[in-house]
Amino acid sequence: MKRNDFILIAVILIISIFSIFAFRSFSENGDYAVISLNGVEYAAYPLSDDREVKIGDSGTSYNVINIEDKKVYISDADCPDHICVNHRAISKTGETIICLPHKLSVTIKKSVPDNVSFDAATE
Amino acid sequence: MKEKKVRQKSARNISMYAVYVALAFIFSYIESLFPISVGIPGVKPGFANIVIVYIIYTSGRPSSVLTVTLLRTVLLACTFGNLSTLLYSVCGGLLSASVMFILYKTNLFSVFGVSIAGGVTHNAGQLAVAALILDTKELIYYYPILLITGMTAGFAVGYIANICIKRIRRPSGMISNNNN
Repeated sequence: MKRNDFILIAVILIISIFSIFAFRSFSENGDYAVISLNGVEYAAYPLSDDREVKIGDSGTSYNVINIEDKKVYISDADCPDHICVNHRAISKTGETIICLPHKLSVTIKKSVPDNVSFDAATE
Repeated sequence: MKEKKVRQKSARNISMYAVYVALAFIFSYIESLFPISVGIPGVKPGFANIVIVYIIYTSGRPSSVLTVTLLRTVLLACTFGNLSTLLYSVCGGLLSASVMFILYKTNLFSVFGVSIAGGVTHNAGQLAVAALILDTKELIYYYPILLITGMTAGFAVGYIANICIKRIRRPSGMISNNNN
């Protein structure tokens, strides 16, 4: 290995550790889970109420999103990789669970975006 | 003279490409059988990059590198993925291969540095496409962790590729510049 290799490793480590701490310190407890589908904000739910929402249907593709103790996680989905299901529960602003195969993302926010119908019920 | 030689050897080059693509394909397939679930998309060893790094160091030509990268990602997405995975992997693969090739040309880094840069930029490319498609800029939150995993994967790939470059006899058909 060359000296430059070690410099590269050091720089990457510093950037990543620094930005992990930066993201941590900027985030606070969020109030809403905003669900986006195909890049469009689709629905928002307050974290204060526990609930279970199924997005999509079993015939094509679905994700089951759970809100529990002010935390959000995906309990079930029929995507091939199940990365979203294995993701830990999120609760801080900016934290996101994404399901790439279904183009779905759940993001924690402090307030509901204007264009999203609050509590768009799909149950 | 050199041009003529290149043309004569093109048939052999094509079969070498086929072998490389098949090898990279198998690496990706085996990898997909053992998914690493840490709850973040894009965390994987990327052993197919061993092939790409090997080609960069043995052929030294951008066309070989890009051809194999493109074929591998397109074939893989057609077999196991869908249109969106195709976009992720093509962008990640092309970005990483280009960066690795450029760094190889600058001669500033060893195989390790080149492959680490490849691992890190592969993740960056995929994440950028995902952020565009999903219109979710919050995906940037994943990147610090992907930097570390990409670097670790890149180091492992560099280690193996380094051994391969030293030990495997160069295919005589490939025009190689043995300056490493």
